[in-house]
Amino acid sequence: MDSQHGGEHIDCTDAVHVLYQFLDGELTEVRRLEIQTHLRACLPCWEAFDFEAELKIFIGKRCQETAPDGLRERVIRSIAEDPGSEGMFRL
Amino acid sequence: MADQATFADQAMEFMSPLYTAALRMTRNPSDAEDLVQETYLKAYRAFGGFQEGTNLKAWLYKILTNTFINSYRAKKRRPEESDLDDVEDLYLYRRLGGLEAATAGRSAEDEVLDHFTDDDVKAALEALPEQFRMAVLLADVEGFAYKEIAEILDVPIGTVMSRLHRGRKALQKALLEFGIERGLATRPEDPAAVTQE
Repeated sequence: MDSQHGGEHIDCTDAVHVLYQFLDGELTEVRRLEIQTHLRACLPCWEAFDFEAELKIFIGKRCQETAPDGLRERVIRSIAEDPGSEGMFRL
Repeated sequence: MADQATFADQAMEFMSPLYTAALRMTRNPSDAEDLVQETYLKAYRAFGGFQEGTNLKAWLYKILTNTFINSYRAKKRRPEESDLDDVEDLYLYRRLGGLEAATAGRSAEDEVLDHFTDDDVKAALEALPEQFRMAVLLADVEGFAYKEIAEILDVPIGTVMSRLHRGRKALQKALLEFGIERGLATRPEDPAAVTQE
C-alpha cells in the first residue's frame, strides 16, 4: 500500500501506526473519524484493518476456557472454612 | 465498603474468565485451579476494602495477577525471556496475502484463520514471554481497556500499548509457524515480495 490514498490528514503509515488503538476503541473521537475517513478511501488499509479486527476477535474466542467441575465447590469450601468468614458465608 | 456476605453473588460469575487467565499464565491446569482458589480466598478476605460500584472484575484480575507474580512464577522458577524480536506491522496479513493470489478467493486470509485450532492459538499465546502474554490476554481474551490493564499490571498506559503492540505481532509470527506446519501458508523466500499490493 502506498501513502497516497485517503484524506488530507492521514496517510497509510499514520493509519497503520494507530491500528491497534483504533481496533481497541482507544482513540479520541476526532482521531477515530480521521482514520475511518482514510479507511473508506483506501482499500488496502481497509482490508488490512479488517483482517486485524477479525484476528483480534478470533484470538479472543479461541482462548476461552470453562472452569472445571468442582472448582466452584472447592472455592466456596475454602472460603467457608476461612477463619475470617465467621459463618457469614454459607455453602 | 462491600459486605463479605454478598461476595459469592458478585464474584462467582467471573470464575471461568479468571480460570482462562490463570491457565494461560501458569500453562498448567492444576496450578491454574490453585491460583483461582487462592485468588478468591484473598479477594474474600479483602472484600471489605473493595469499593462497591467500582470494577469488580478488574479488581479480581489484579489479585490474580499479583498472586501469580508473587508465588507461582517464583515457585516454577521458569526463566522468562523479557524481550521480543521486532516484528513488522501487519506481519501475518502480509504473509497470508501470498496465499490470496494462489486461491484467488476474496478474504482468503480470513478463511485461513478458520483452519487454526484452539490449541494452536492457545499455544501461540502461551509461547509469548510473560509480560507480553498478560497484556494480550487482558486485552484480547478478557476485553479490558488500556486503563484497566495498566491498573491490573501496575504499569503506565504507554507500557501497556507497547507490550500489546509487540505481543500481538509476536503472536502473529507464532501463528504463521503453525500455518506453515499445516500447509496453510508457505514460507515466503522474500517476505517483502508479497507485501505490496
